[in-house]
Amino acid sequence: MAQSSVVDFDAIKKNLADLPKPIQILDENSKVVDKEAFDSFSDDDLVEFMKKMVWERALHEQTMNFSRQGRMGFYAPTEGEEASEMGTVLAMKKQDYLLPAYRDVPQLIQHGATVTEAYLWSRGHVVGNKYEARAMMPQIIIGAAYDEAAGVAMGLKKNGEEAIAFTYTGDGGTSQGDSYEGMNFAGAFQVPALFIVQNNGFAISTPRNKQTAAPSLAQKAVAAGIPSVQVDGMDILACYKVAKAARDYIIAGNGPVMIETLTYRYGAHSSAGDDPSRYRTEEDTKPWHEKDPLIRLRKVLEDKGLWSDEQEDSLVDEYKATFKDAIKEADAVPVDKVSDMLKRTFEIPTPEMRKEIEKFEAKESN
Amino acid sequence: MAKKTYIKAITDALDIVLDEDPKTLIFGEDVGKNGGVFRTTQGLQDKYGEDRVFDTPLAESGILGLATGLGVTGWRPIPEIQFMGFSFEAIDQIAGQEARMRFRFDGKQHSPVTIRTPYGGGTHTAEMHADNLENFFTGVPGLRVVMPSNPYDAKGLLISSVESNDPVLFMENLKLYRSMKDDIPEGKYTVPLDQANVVQEGTDLTIVAYGAEVNEAKKVADKLKDKASIEVIDLRTVSPIDTDTIFKSIEKTHKVVIVQEAQKMAGVGAQVASAIAEDAILSLDAPIGRVAAPNSVYPFAQGEDYWIPGADEIEEKVNEILNY
Ligand SMILES: Cc1ncc(C[n+]2csc(CCOP(=O)(O)OP(=O)(O)O)c2C)c(N)n1
Repeated sequence: MAQSSVVDFDAIKKNLADLPKPIQILDENSKVVDKEAFDSFSDDDLVEFMKKMVWERALHEQTMNFSRQGRMGFYAPTEGEEASEMGTVLAMKKQDYLLPAYRDVPQLIQHGATVTEAYLWSRGHVVGNKYEARAMMPQIIIGAAYDEAAGVAMGLKKNGEEAIAFTYTGDGGTSQGDSYEGMNFAGAFQVPALFIVQNNGFAISTPRNKQTAAPSLAQKAVAAGIPSVQVDGMDILACYKVAKAARDYIIAGNGPVMIETLTYRYGAHSSAGDDPSRYRTEEDTKPWHEKDPLIRLRKVLEDKGLWSDEQEDSLVDEYKATFKDAIKEADAVPVDKVSDMLKRTFEIPTPEMRKEIEKFEAKESN
Repeated sequence: MAKKTYIKAITDALDIVLDEDPKTLIFGEDVGKNGGVFRTTQGLQDKYGEDRVFDTPLAESGILGLATGLGVTGWRPIPEIQFMGFSFEAIDQIAGQEARMRFRFDGKQHSPVTIRTPYGGGTHTAEMHADNLENFFTGVPGLRVVMPSNPYDAKGLLISSVESNDPVLFMENLKLYRSMKDDIPEGKYTVPLDQANVVQEGTDLTIVAYGAEVNEAKKVADKLKDKASIEVIDLRTVSPIDTDTIFKSIEKTHKVVIVQEAQKMAGVGAQVASAIAEDAILSLDAPIGRVAAPNSVYPFAQGEDYWIPGADEIEEKVNEILNY
């Protein structure tokens, strides 16, 4: 080993790995590990959290069903990530501006898009992006949303709004230069932005440990001067509490925050033919199923006499019925016209495009 | 009227848009206190404050992402990329994000960004500071690319660009910054986007040029004036290309030479040639002439002197086409 009398890199490196425990309120056995935090939730709150997770899982199941029937376009499975997704988004307010990634469609719906719009987005129809929600469309380019979140946050601040920008990426996304640039800009300008990293273990097939030598992804915010924290992403109470605390902190004018949620993607990367058995075993996956966010909270509610299987089954039926209505509504939306695609490319079409528009309008009216 | 350099004309335009529209914001590397490395934004931070004119961290994608985000929250960003060679760092934010915002949301959200950036050869800069990179951006639907050739147009086109709700890449010619002076009006005036300008009328041959090459073309037209009457068209906006003005001209002259400072393989001249070939080929009685830089990597500083096509190359090609 190369030793030096002036600096001990080994010790510095070891220090990096000395991480605080991820924040948790309910542990894997549904035991309350932070009583004060737990007691701050009413029974109604707990039931509400459960309903949201049941809703998200039902959305996932029904949507994957539609996908198998060939009725969806690109869609990213969310099973396993309910606590991370619902916990964080429920702590936000409608005036906040969401910059989602493709796996964050459930948050987009919670934030004000309709399921019909989400389905239209998946199918690749522009009507799916014209939601009331204050949000970008799900970002496909990994990292880009982090850059834009800094800009949105600066805009909100300049407008004097009591609102924040909140954005999501995955563990793979933290390797993008843009992720760092966005956080660094937000930190440099002290703008109201919340950066959420959903560490679900994989970027398609590439495991988290191949992305970086950083012991935590939360640490990536440190270099930007941004406070960051790891949270148990299978514990919705912890995810909510941390996101709420982050929002309060940001709204108070303290600049951006980054949260890393430790979660897991049970299913495939996307609806487009990914086969997880190529890169992970059931043994890898099993411990995560044991941490399941729904099981965890369900047990607490059942112990309190607040929840039953029958209740959950009827809720699932109810939710799935709304998704079936939504896809029918999506089916009824006429296909997009090329002339309209041309028209929406610019506010003022170019001379050449005006000719193209005329040409397509003539065709389309036949 | 006052004699102003190209760069002063740009500063003037920025001053006017900052003054007229409280939503305009100027930001980038060193644009604040320092007034930009070329002093294009000189004095603007003092006049309008750090909220409106500010320095950013050194990251082009971050700068353009900031612009996209500011745009959708109601602001009118005018980011600067210090040299166009650095736009590669931001190509997703420009082509993948900003240019698509209106399309994505069918106008429900949009981001009215004007990106300013210096480019162009002849001043012996470090590598990646002078390349003509317009071709990377003229193929981007949803983005206009504007390349003024003189101080008057620079001011008027920049004001039009900022006022446009569509994103514009505004390319400022480095060599012209201080080498070119014009009488330009005080106060506000605009020059329309998407319109080429016939800078010199003629009947025997049309030269289509843009950026600094317009001035080279004018030299040639002047030099040959006793021999041939040459019409010079300045494209001004290179995406979209104003084909109507070109077609009208060649209907009269029947001959055309297309000039660009960029390598021949790079787009604008080829686009002009293809438009003529497709829709106006019968106007011509000679092949289309092209003058462009060689298809090598952009040269290191010394090589610029003989690599960049200038008046001599244009004259040679014009004679060839005239004598066809
Ligand atoms: C800039 C960019 N590079 C590559 C891709 C292709 N791609 C799509 S998803 C993905 C993995 C992303 O993993 P992660 O950030 O961990 O998020 P997750 O999908 O797990 O939610 C890749 C490589 C992309 N969409 N964008």
